[in-house]
Amino acid sequence: MRSLYAPFDEKTVRSLKLGEIVNITGAVVTGRDEVHIRALEYLDEGKEVPQCLNEAVLYHCGPIMVQDDKGTWSVVAAGPTTSARMNTLEPRFIREFKIRAIIGKGGMSKEVAEAMKEVGCVYLAATGGAAVSYAEGLSRVTGYDWLDLGMPEALWHFQTRALGPLVVAIDAEGNSLYEKVREKVAENLKKL
Amino acid sequence: MVVKLPEPTEKVVENILRLANTKLPEDIGWALEAAAGWETNPTAQSQIGAILENVRKAEHMYKPMCQDTGIPIFYVRGKFDSSIAKDIAQAVENCTKAIPMRPNTVDPIIRINNGNNLGPGMPAVHYIPTDDDFTEISVMLKGAGSENMTRLKMLNPSDGIEGVKKFIIDSVIDAGGRPCPPGIVGVGIGGTADECVAMAKRALMEPLDMEDPDPEIQALEEELFVKINSSGLGPMGLGGDTTVLGVKIRKAFCHTASLPVAVNIGCWATRRAVARITDNDVIYSQGVRL
Repeated sequence: MRSLYAPFDEKTVRSLKLGEIVNITGAVVTGRDEVHIRALEYLDEGKEVPQCLNEAVLYHCGPIMVQDDKGTWSVVAAGPTTSARMNTLEPRFIREFKIRAIIGKGGMSKEVAEAMKEVGCVYLAATGGAAVSYAEGLSRVTGYDWLDLGMPEALWHFQTRALGPLVVAIDAEGNSLYEKVREKVAENLKKL
Repeated sequence: MVVKLPEPTEKVVENILRLANTKLPEDIGWALEAAAGWETNPTAQSQIGAILENVRKAEHMYKPMCQDTGIPIFYVRGKFDSSIAKDIAQAVENCTKAIPMRPNTVDPIIRINNGNNLGPGMPAVHYIPTDDDFTEISVMLKGAGSENMTRLKMLNPSDGIEGVKKFIIDSVIDAGGRPCPPGIVGVGIGGTADECVAMAKRALMEPLDMEDPDPEIQALEEELFVKINSSGLGPMGLGGDTTVLGVKIRKAFCHTASLPVAVNIGCWATRRAVARITDNDVIYSQGVRL
């Protein structure tokens, strides 16, 4: 398993190969439906958007978080959510914030893959449901924004330690492991 | 003499919520272990390996195995009265804090979240009154990744069983990696539209190693299991030999002019727990045929 250190530069991102298994140590932020909606709305309205989104490693995840008596947050469970829900918002999101990697599950559309290719961004597939293991990787909460969106939808900031395993499922050339599997599946189904 | 104190219903419901969240039903664990044995694709191996490691950690650390603790769906069977709804709701609110479970329920239009997994229509409870002298409460935690892939189609009777099979296979393949495969395919055939979807979901409560009493249904389940797995979609839709761990079908009579079919997929973490309460005991398990 290849170890990567976030934030990434474009060169590192473009060196990642389809099917390669990696883990990430460094800064990762969570964002799903509501973070995408609000960030793009704020841009349109000329409002300030949290700096942490620039060239970020974005994790499609709605974690379970707990706060202790002193107000310190920690993570209990944090697996990936279904990325396809963000298909319509993601191309612009990637272009605006120069997102370098998206961690999620289930893959994303061709339009998203095109934006990834243009900007230099990869899609890393996390194992859906493996929430306790990934929570271990999200070792420290470094901050949050937009908690008013609710615990699952907020923009959480993490310092990760060997967050993984993650499979490079869409590379920075726009090649998709999901597409390859789909072609194979279509062939196999014809034989039934 | 053994003295048994009665357990309040609210506590029993808390117990099944904790059991379902932290311990994968053993029938699903066995199926995943078997899949780990036959998979040859390295990506598929990495996915099943990560799942099994996560299951072990969740059980040992007493933590929810998936952050999407879902919508808890309850089935109450046997003898009961209407007060049970209040006990179930209270237990859901308590467990949201204590386990913790992620606050998932929101208003469908304005999307506000009360933070306690309650609200109009929640928690979802189905009642099955019988003449038995026990009260049985079952729960399944249904995450949105799998639930969002639910499909219902009112086929024409002339589409026949081949049409039914095609619809089921297409539903699973089109869902791809989104419902966290390898999971369980719940199927309803017949009934009315609403009952058809309800059957598809209820089928997921049944352990994988329990055989359907109807040999025709059993054969259909096996045929679909083999065909879907031969697709190569694989764990998380990343390719491999394991797309489903099992297919579970329920049927009911339907209108002579109808052929309803519903598919409700359960992710690999099809989390279930059952408590059967009798006058002197509570027996816990992790699956039941409803």
